[in-house]
Amino acid sequence: MNSKNILIKVNQLYKIFGDGDKSALDLVKNGMGKDELLEKSNCVLGLNNINLNINRGKIQVVMGLSGSGKSTLIRHLNRLIEPTSGEILFNDENILNLSPKELIQFRQNNMSMVFQKFALFPHKTVLQNVGYGLAIQNISKDEWSEKAQKWIKRVGLDGYETYYPGQLSGGMQQRVGLARALATDAEILLMDEAFSALDPLIRSEMQNILLDLQNELHKTIIFITHDLDEALKIGDRIAILRDGSMVQDSDPQEIIMNPADEYVSDFIKDINRARVIQAKSIMTPTNSKSSGATVKEDMVLEDILQIMSDAPSKPVTIANSKGKITGKIEMVNLIEGMKRPKSLGTNITG
Amino acid sequence: MDWFYNFPDMSRSDLRDFKKSVDFAFTDFSRTYGEAIESFFEPLLMFLVWFEKFFINTPWPLIVLGIIFLAWVGSRSLIVVLGTFISFMLIGYFGMWEDTMSTLAIILVATFLCISIGIPLGIAMARSNKIQAFVVPILDIMQTIPSFVYLIPVVMLLGIGKVPGLIAVCIYAIPPIVRLTNLGIRLVDKDVLEAADSFGANYWQKLLGVQIPLALPTIFAGVNQTIMMALAMVVIASMIGVKGLGLPVLQAISNQYLALGLMNGLAIVILAIIFDRVTQKFGLRMQKYRNEGKD
Repeated sequence: MNSKNILIKVNQLYKIFGDGDKSALDLVKNGMGKDELLEKSNCVLGLNNINLNINRGKIQVVMGLSGSGKSTLIRHLNRLIEPTSGEILFNDENILNLSPKELIQFRQNNMSMVFQKFALFPHKTVLQNVGYGLAIQNISKDEWSEKAQKWIKRVGLDGYETYYPGQLSGGMQQRVGLARALATDAEILLMDEAFSALDPLIRSEMQNILLDLQNELHKTIIFITHDLDEALKIGDRIAILRDGSMVQDSDPQEIIMNPADEYVSDFIKDINRARVIQAKSIMTPTNSKSSGATVKEDMVLEDILQIMSDAPSKPVTIANSKGKITGKIEMVNLIEGMKRPKSLGTNITG
Repeated sequence: MDWFYNFPDMSRSDLRDFKKSVDFAFTDFSRTYGEAIESFFEPLLMFLVWFEKFFINTPWPLIVLGIIFLAWVGSRSLIVVLGTFISFMLIGYFGMWEDTMSTLAIILVATFLCISIGIPLGIAMARSNKIQAFVVPILDIMQTIPSFVYLIPVVMLLGIGKVPGLIAVCIYAIPPIVRLTNLGIRLVDKDVLEAADSFGANYWQKLLGVQIPLALPTIFAGVNQTIMMALAMVVIASMIGVKGLGLPVLQAISNQYLALGLMNGLAIVILAIIFDRVTQKFGLRMQKYRNEGKD
């Protein structure tokens, strides 16, 4: 990836919670794990040597189970948590060197955040909540309320301006949270398990809203989740954390096709492979046309199966978004692709 | 084995000397600085006297109207307003109007003082654990020490009069507002504060825009408690020269006048109930957004 496209660069980031974190840092750098560290020095290892490049205009998902450090990581990006060691470059500037004043500026202009528990201001109306990020920049009320109004409309909450958050449902509250984050026009959007507290239908609806907005706005989004389906649906790249260490950081297809270790395999074990694996991940590269229909390379196997079932013996032709032929898929490839890899176990009955 | 059965205390003469030296030191202190301190409190005295005169000299129908208006603004409840009206008419009818006005004046000034010192102090405590660790024991002392004990140095310093009375009332009444301001701010949801942080709010924006508004119901419970405690202190303060409803109660105790004591005591109770209901209703209305429909 071209380095010009990298907006945020996280280099060798360590975070250790507890007293004596500096001496604990040496222990961690010498390879001590989370449990051992807790036992020996009573410090909790939050992040262990995180290196991550986040691309401009893309959605970077960070995944992991609870306690894996994903919320800690995202809070380092706007310095709600200070690291023990390491650097975080934003446009090649280390944000850890910002003075308190500059940090406030940086948060006002460059980053905004959506929270798992919404974290709306209960004493402010929807309009005041959405306009908050602007109002604290000493922008005139007319101006911020006009912008806030626009975003309220954009997330579909027209007419709820004078309501208080406590009067709205969870899904509506998170729309307010999203509108509040978008209203400042910040380039980077940090989303900390933003949809995890919502029920499945609303969650999927919110994911669609986010993707719609992203098509239009091209923000750089760092999205934290513990839900692989969600990660696969919206992520341009997925990083997986375990006990504060980065286990894998790659293309979503890559995660499914080549899980880095057992932890990642566990994650993807229950996924519906037919619905997430795309043609390009299993095709045989060729540039000559095959006998079957031509499909796009990002079509998922489930859809290809529909097409192939009409003519099982004819391999389909795969073309990229520009229409250039890049490969073919035969029925055998399709079956092979949907089947779980051996490493994931075959203890299926029935 | 003598030390086992009798506490090895200091000798009587030593003890006497010790007490004497403390007493003399404080007497010296009050001789040297008494006047300076008194003149420091001069504006307060002027204000208190002016306020009391204002209450007593204003024609009673205007006062009653004003109080009813405030009760309505505070509580928005017809029952409270009606109760207030009847109570004040009864107080006046039984000849306690002037004393009640004096008491009202000192309570309001004391509450005002307590709020203007107590809320900033509570905010400082919420901001720093060190300040909290320092202030909490002082508040504990202020709340538990028998009020007669701190009347002694106050009277030694400032003599008998309104200002020492006011100070005594404030010492007794200020702890709840300080404690509850501190508590209210500390209880503000961490998530919400984090959100304010993430949008780049500075300390004052967080304090004035998020923490204090969300802590307001708790702070208001503190104001309510402060008023109640100030009222409870009225009788004791009358021992050092504060006029008002406390004085007749004091006379009633020493002369065993049951009716006089009961009447003035009940007048204090009525004031307390009115203050309590009005401020509580006001506090509830402030947190309306927490539970129900559009405002």
